Amino acid sequence: MRYFTDEHEWIDVAGDVATVGITDYAQGQLGDIVFVELPAVGTKIEKGKDAAVVESVKAASDVYAPITGEVIEVNGALEEDPSLVNTDPQGEGWFFKMTIADSAQLEGLMDEAAYKDFVASL
Amino acid sequence: MSDHDTDDQIEDLPLEALPLDAWHRAKGARMVPFAGYEMPIQYEGIVAEHNWTRESAGLFDVSHMGQLLLSGPDLDAAVEAVLPIDLSTLKPGRQRYSLLLNEEGGVLDDLMVSRMEDGSLYLVVNGATKWDDIGTLREALPDDITLNHMDEQALIALQGPKAADALARHAPEAAALTFMTFGTFALAGHKVQIARAGYTGEDGFEISLAAEAAAEIADLLCGEPEVKPIGLGARDSLRLEAGLPLYGHDLSPETSPIEAGLIFGINKRRRAEGGFPGATRIIREIAEGTGRKWVGLKIEGRLPAREGAEVFSGSEKVGIVTSGGFSPTLQAPIAMAYVSAANAAPGTALEVEVRGKRLAATVAPTPFVPHRYYRGS
Repeated sequence: MRYFTDEHEWIDVAGDVATVGITDYAQGQLGDIVFVELPAVGTKIEKGKDAAVVESVKAASDVYAPITGEVIEVNGALEEDPSLVNTDPQGEGWFFKMTIADSAQLEGLMDEAAYKDFVASL
Repeated sequence: MSDHDTDDQIEDLPLEALPLDAWHRAKGARMVPFAGYEMPIQYEGIVAEHNWTRESAGLFDVSHMGQLLLSGPDLDAAVEAVLPIDLSTLKPGRQRYSLLLNEEGGVLDDLMVSRMEDGSLYLVVNGATKWDDIGTLREALPDDITLNHMDEQALIALQGPKAADALARHAPEAAALTFMTFGTFALAGHKVQIARAGYTGEDGFEISLAAEAAAEIADLLCGEPEVKPIGLGARDSLRLEAGLPLYGHDLSPETSPIEAGLIFGINKRRRAEGGFPGATRIIREIAEGTGRKWVGLKIEGRLPAREGAEVFSGSEKVGIVTSGGFSPTLQAPIAMAYVSAANAAPGTALEVEVRGKRLAATVAPTPFVPHRYYRGS
């Protein structure tokens, strides 16, 4: 099941592991991404707090943790090729995988249809 | 997701639309607030636009900038009391970089001064500072000097190695201009003023024209295969590679033009004679040097250091970044910073701190990407 936040992150839940990235809309807004600063494996991140930083040519932007949990894997491919976030944001351009501390936090997130409506309303 | 810095000048006043507003939107531009206007930050993407300008030609709408015309009796003496320029050597058809300074020698704005055929002076000043500049100039100039804010004029820059080819098809005589000269030409039946100048480090032109002709001329030029519209995002990355300062970031009332390396903006006779705002400090700094200098930094890795990042030599803080980003041409982060004079020599190894991390940086000569101005064949 894939969820979306109003901060334009997506979160893919498979069992007790969640994969996090930014949406196609977000990468379009950011423009050409030149660097992604990912949290270290083992970092405990908290819903709504800083989790990663995306550097585009123009500016640095924070990516917030969509839920609370612990980072268990990061996408090392982004170090070599940060433009994966532009070319395949909702696939190969994923940011990190994390544990789900409280699955109730998922309930407040949008599904794909709701997120689509949200973006259309912007 | 949220931007760390909104480095655009966002004012409380309602945003105004520029003459090409609808034109930009029709071209797919993303519009952002800048200098009190809604302006195009990008069309297809900053890197693509940046590279296109370096390889071909880009059209930039810079109509937010202030275009001023000064005229009146004893104009040169009056203007020389305000600007550190030597107007005795500024001939009709030539333009020169100058600086508006405060009494302490701090920079209020940087600007271009052009001598018209009738002796009057045409100034182009920064958009975000134009209202303050007009106030400063009105205050400082005698009442019999007329200051005309040409707010019915648009300003379009055409920049890149193929800019001359594209423009020559419509205004062949303009292609004979050399860097920092200008003239009046007919473009699609409109009388326009074209200067060979710009803010990208490339050869190119700045075209001042009636606002109502702007869309037609923009269409005409973008109809040439070499030309695409380019947004503010690439304008910033291009000028950074060219080592050119951006007012409000690299220059401010707290910086002197000498520490910024802009001594050429203080013309030779004026360095000797003084008689302009801030002359005491400027002349002293020319003689004695400055405690800090504005330098280029090449940064290792891929993480850009941006405005406000602190610069270190070992544990000692020795400077601060005023502009920084990722250079599409060099595929590496570059920055401009004020650093202490002892650490300003090219090749000096320093560090820049970004979010608690120290990045290795080296003082580098600027421009980072060589200028390619056309000075005549």
